[in-house]
Amino acid sequence: MADLHFTDATATSGEVEAVNLVLGDNVAVTTETERLVRGGTSRRKGLRHLLLPALHALQKESGWISPGGLNHVSEMLQVPPAEAYGVASFYEMFRVDEAPGHDDDVAHVCVDPSCRIDGADELIASLEAEGKHVHRSPCLGQCERPPAVFIQGRRKADSVPADEEPFTLPQAGDPSLSLLKRIGVVDPMSLDSYREHGGYDALTKALDMGADAVLDELVASGLSGRGGAAFPTGFKWRSVRDAEGNDKHIVANCDESEPGTFKDRHLMEHDPFALVESMTIAAVTTGATNGWIYIRGEYPLATGRLENAIAQARDAGLLGDDVAGSGHAFHLEVRRGAGAYICGEETALFASLEGFRGEPRNKPPYPTTNGLFDQPTAINNPETLLNVLPILLGGADAYRALGTEGSPGTRLFCLSGRVANPGLYEHGFGATLGEIIDAAGGAQGDIAAVLLGGAAGSFVTADSLDLPLTLEATREAGTTLGSGVVVVFNSDDNMVDVCERITEFFKNESCGQCVPCRVGAVRQHEMIVTLGTKPMAQEQRDLHEDMVQVMADASICGLGHTAASAIKSALALGIIGADSQ
Amino acid sequence: MTNTMNSPETEVAVSISVDGQAVSVPEGSTILDACTAAGIDTPTICYGPNLTPVNACRVCVVELEGSRTLVPSCSREVEPDMVVQTDSDRVKHSRKMVLEFLGSGVDLSQADDLNAWSEHYGADPNRYGPDAETMNEPVKIEDDLYIRDYDKCVLCYKCVSACGDDAQHTFAISMTGRGFGARIATEFDGVLPDSACVYCGNCVAVCPTNALQFKTEFDLRQAANWRPEDQSVTTTICSYCGVGCNLELHTQDERIVKVTSPDDHSVTWGNLCIKGRFGWQYVHGDSDGD
Repeated sequence: MADLHFTDATATSGEVEAVNLVLGDNVAVTTETERLVRGGTSRRKGLRHLLLPALHALQKESGWISPGGLNHVSEMLQVPPAEAYGVASFYEMFRVDEAPGHDDDVAHVCVDPSCRIDGADELIASLEAEGKHVHRSPCLGQCERPPAVFIQGRRKADSVPADEEPFTLPQAGDPSLSLLKRIGVVDPMSLDSYREHGGYDALTKALDMGADAVLDELVASGLSGRGGAAFPTGFKWRSVRDAEGNDKHIVANCDESEPGTFKDRHLMEHDPFALVESMTIAAVTTGATNGWIYIRGEYPLATGRLENAIAQARDAGLLGDDVAGSGHAFHLEVRRGAGAYICGEETALFASLEGFRGEPRNKPPYPTTNGLFDQPTAINNPETLLNVLPILLGGADAYRALGTEGSPGTRLFCLSGRVANPGLYEHGFGATLGEIIDAAGGAQGDIAAVLLGGAAGSFVTADSLDLPLTLEATREAGTTLGSGVVVVFNSDDNMVDVCERITEFFKNESCGQCVPCRVGAVRQHEMIVTLGTKPMAQEQRDLHEDMVQVMADASICGLGHTAASAIKSALALGIIGADSQ
Repeated sequence: MTNTMNSPETEVAVSISVDGQAVSVPEGSTILDACTAAGIDTPTICYGPNLTPVNACRVCVVELEGSRTLVPSCSREVEPDMVVQTDSDRVKHSRKMVLEFLGSGVDLSQADDLNAWSEHYGADPNRYGPDAETMNEPVKIEDDLYIRDYDKCVLCYKCVSACGDDAQHTFAISMTGRGFGARIATEFDGVLPDSACVYCGNCVAVCPTNALQFKTEFDLRQAANWRPEDQSVTTTICSYCGVGCNLELHTQDERIVKVTSPDDHSVTWGNLCIKGRFGWQYVHGDSDGD
């Protein structure tokens, strides 16, 4: 036995079976010889990326991460138990205490803005009255159908009740759709159906063009990341192609967790092959042989459909050692997150996937050279990746015909809250906020505020309805498109409550690593709770401004940088804290 | 580990500007190294000379021309022609706020270095009111060697690093939980004697706030008899084995009250084992080891 120390707690036979089913043959060699040959960190890192899947297996089997179960996982993977516990205790979906009812299914009910103003409290009360085990959850990515519920099954599959309802896309049949044209049309479970709708034509074309031409086309298209940071995709891929090293990675960031965002869920659920194809194009273009889809744990339908798509693509020779006969190898697998908003931050996502706590790393170095497993990595979200398909098929010029000079192409918008037809919409960049709300059937009641870009974005008022939704115009207006979130509130909505919840969200979701975010998020929450409906004194405004500045200047990652921006806008616009309230 | 342990055979110098002053440091140095070389004193909390930088506390941030945000000087390597400001309004603001945030939630009563910097930057933790959430942790006394007072913990990761990859490779403790609820703990927050802890005390040695302290020191403080001004430090070599670790014996009233080892000593780099750190009771000749 190797040199790790374990307590006396032992795993149940069910726990051992569940964990071993996930690990398969991937168990650490723990003989003394091996220990002497490869000591310390190098030995531990080999299998550590299986820690998260193993913890999922334990949670499902026992309803919590038991000491015995943790010991078994730690021993099989040779991860120190204290570190494994540190990882388990990081995630919303893992329980590390044996609380009453731990052996029930858990109903996660969303309490973030769109659900909060539309029945979350009532649903929680009724579920609790039925004796259900309820967990108040951050945004579940179902904002168009509030209040959102996700059932974490005990010894059975996780599920989302709303997935049983028939699906409709508000813009179904609109011939101008580019990213959404197959949604609701193609059979998401069939590769044949995907091919009948143009699937894999783009990969064929990419292989014909060659990597350099693909990169030139992407750069010419002006495509930029759709997660909020808007980094040019072509440059990112070229950096990975140019990076030293033979082991490179393509990661799809499917940890969509920004409150108000549900676009990538739609893409993955209804057009999963498109994500697989676009990742394959990224692989043959950058020279990456490893692909990872890191999807949030609360998306069971999308997870299943992606796993099916990967299996079918592999069977058809479109993944594996020789992609479509090109000689390129590309191996793709799905990994589930376990409930942590921070894991949508790219370096935190890497840490999580590697089996560590989802704590961001300081940049530089950047993922293109030092990404997953410290190797060159291109990480993009599904919306960004899916844009590659029309760019290659239609060419950069056609792509640029939509949108503006600074923001070419189309953009997905997640409409929720007080609009007549909430849902996912695709518009050319440059449509105004008012036009986008009108396209969703218009606002219900008087618009009191619109949350643009998510909880990490900012509020605007009805005065901004003429704002063109482009990267450049929103930047100039001091706001952001973020992940395409548009949550509309009317004058009946309790904005104090909404703002309190936004501060609570960041308090709960800060990873806790750096001081500005860990403490700043708590102090902001305390400040807004104390404020309530009162006018805010100048001294408190100054203090909030001080907090905004240190969080934006000195936090490690984007979560801390933006955790005070929505409240800053709410105070500036008089949505809360105004004298006249 | 530290770059002082493996100084390269041939050093390439990198020149940067710090507060308008040209500074030349070896390639691979950090901005913090350059600041030190320029004679500029920089506040640090999570930085340790023998620890891999985690850049978590953010008190050492500086303004780097061309960077949207401030950058942690402890981990950012110098690049040719960097232009760094260590005393701009933005830098002073962030340093003040980090210290103020820590002071508002953590008991810093025994963190003299931090308090000096808080005064320097004008940090006022009282701005957050009497109801500001604090660490609110009881003292953990689980053995006779050292105590853990997480009310004083600033979550700098130094003890985790010292217990893990950077020194001891014991991995008895980890950061656990998330956000403001994050705490240093063993698995399931079990007591130390049941954990992997080998009582090397290397975590105690790196703690910047006295959240980890010798039981002897804790007891003397409880008895209001901890008198640093009356203490002396004697350097000697550990007599237990042939490694030759330097010991610094801190004595008060002719009794050993704690043991440290110099950070810059080429044998220990500040680290010791249980024998050198805690095995000195025989010196006092007390039959019961008290």
